[in-house]
Amino acid sequence: MSLLNVEPNFSDPDSFYAALTDLHRDRDAEASERINVRLILLLANQIGDQETLLEAMRIATEEE
Amino acid sequence: MGFASPKTYTNPVYSYRHSPDQDTATPTHHSVIIVGAGPAGLSAALELALQGIATVVLDDNNTVSVGSRAICFSKRTLEICDRYGCATPMVEKGITWNLGKVFNGDGLIYEFNLLPEEHHKMPAFINLQQYYFEEYMVNRCQQFDNIDLRWLHKVSKVVTDDQGAQVEVETQDGVYCMTCDYLLVADGANSPIRTQLGLESKGQVFEDRFLIADVVMEAQLPTQRRFWFNPPFHSGQSTLLHRQADNVWRIDFQLGWDADPEVENTPEKILPRIQAMLGKDVEFELEWSSVYTFRCRMMDCFTHHRAFFIGDAAHQVSPFGARGANGGIQGVENLSWKLAKVLKQEAPGKLLETYNVERQHGAKENILNSSRATDFMTPKNKISKTFRNETLKLAARYPFARSLVNSGRLSMPCIYENSPLNTEDVDEFAAKMRPGSAATDAAIESTSGEQWLLECLGNRFVCMIGANVDEQQSSQLQQAIASLQDTRLGVDLLLVDAPVNIARCLGDKDKIIKDSLGLIRKRYQLMPGSVYLFRPDQHVCARWRTLRVGQVVAALQRALGFELENGA
Repeated sequence: MSLLNVEPNFSDPDSFYAALTDLHRDRDAEASERINVRLILLLANQIGDQETLLEAMRIATEEE
Repeated sequence: MGFASPKTYTNPVYSYRHSPDQDTATPTHHSVIIVGAGPAGLSAALELALQGIATVVLDDNNTVSVGSRAICFSKRTLEICDRYGCATPMVEKGITWNLGKVFNGDGLIYEFNLLPEEHHKMPAFINLQQYYFEEYMVNRCQQFDNIDLRWLHKVSKVVTDDQGAQVEVETQDGVYCMTCDYLLVADGANSPIRTQLGLESKGQVFEDRFLIADVVMEAQLPTQRRFWFNPPFHSGQSTLLHRQADNVWRIDFQLGWDADPEVENTPEKILPRIQAMLGKDVEFELEWSSVYTFRCRMMDCFTHHRAFFIGDAAHQVSPFGARGANGGIQGVENLSWKLAKVLKQEAPGKLLETYNVERQHGAKENILNSSRATDFMTPKNKISKTFRNETLKLAARYPFARSLVNSGRLSMPCIYENSPLNTEDVDEFAAKMRPGSAATDAAIESTSGEQWLLECLGNRFVCMIGANVDEQQSSQLQQAIASLQDTRLGVDLLLVDAPVNIARCLGDKDKIIKDSLGLIRKRYQLMPGSVYLFRPDQHVCARWRTLRVGQVVAALQRALGFELENGA
């Protein structure tokens, strides 16, 4: 059984998405990339569990 | 530009009529003049007519909308139109739909069902060409003696101060002037009156262009809203397909910012696009088309002395989410009862300021939602586009990503949260409904012919009481009802499941209904003894677990704006 929750879990999905794209709105590609990296690290720490993180990595690298 | 005359619809022609106001030595005075006979202006006239307020409606044209424009009308709009007495032809002519499908490329990523709750009089949405919507409203207006609809009377100048307004009107018989206590400005998104008064509607233009085409075809496609991101027939852009009445289908093609609107809106460009989408064997005829750039903007304040801006003149949104006409009509509903109360001297003038307070909140919500949808469709930069495209791909397999896919969040009535007219809860209610919410409909039984809760609420203050109390509480409730009636506040009672002894003491306009399906109990958490106070626009303004006259009086005074006068 998967540990990663792939069911909807955002308390306010539209606000989250707007905040996410706003982060990048007036930034160049390099700044965006750094922000994304930092975000991933912060959120990964929140999850913490190695198996869950590996599951997320697996989905992120899935072939289309 | 575009194809000016639809083939399935002939615009009615309303003739110019000379008014006696044009022959008077001094300007005639009216209490309310409305400028613009579109959805907002017409609904203001109907709402005020029902409140007993006469209006003059001035329009520079002699027909309804040319070409379709707005097509999605929400349940709340239909409920309001039902109160005006013109929802029946709308629902009959319109297409009721529930199912929406979202595709990425040629693959379905998810579908949604509006799954309307059962036992509501009106459907969740209908699709209907704007010209029909307006025509049915005009037909209804013509049944009222107190609506003076003047076609081809073009307002050329407005002057307003804190006492009233004066309008100068151009006609084929020359120019005339009128004065009024209140001027409702519903002259559209590019409001000439707004400009003339030096006022602005501020916001953002989306750097994108959309081709909107209405086509007629016999093809028996399913009645669904279908939205494609990056479809094979229109690579890299989005497309929307929606069914309207008369076998007319609305197609929106996203074109990108670099598209040339003049070139795109030619049959040579449009027809192959549509053919590619529908398939090469499908026969269709182009009904109407136009190329748009969308914008979201609103005025900082919808009121200017005695001029009140309503509809697109006050606030404009991009179309994804059906929030333009629907939001406009909810705004009109908000203003009209307040205006009627002030004109009848049953409320202080300050009440009118809350039109701006409550509808700024509503307009911001609509703009926020439609901006977000437009941003999702037109990502602002490369990384946003990557986020968007990967979200779409994940959505095909992982449900969480579907909650982020945004092809328009459909219009829901705004909740007037934190409105100064609300009385906040002091008792516990678990229902989703709360002070500020629009009333939710429910099937009911009554002896006076109503079958729906909203038909019993009407356009006045109503106190709904769960009257099925036990014997012990019965005399207490009876007394409370009697003393509420003694106050002569003009609040009508709506007793739910009342036993005979309580029912006996009611007045002419009070009503008794049976919650035979238990829907009011469920949707409002109306228990024996519970009380809901509704405003004339059917929004909840207060509620309690027991009827205490002092609380009802205070809440009513508050909802009428008397506290604004004393406090602020």
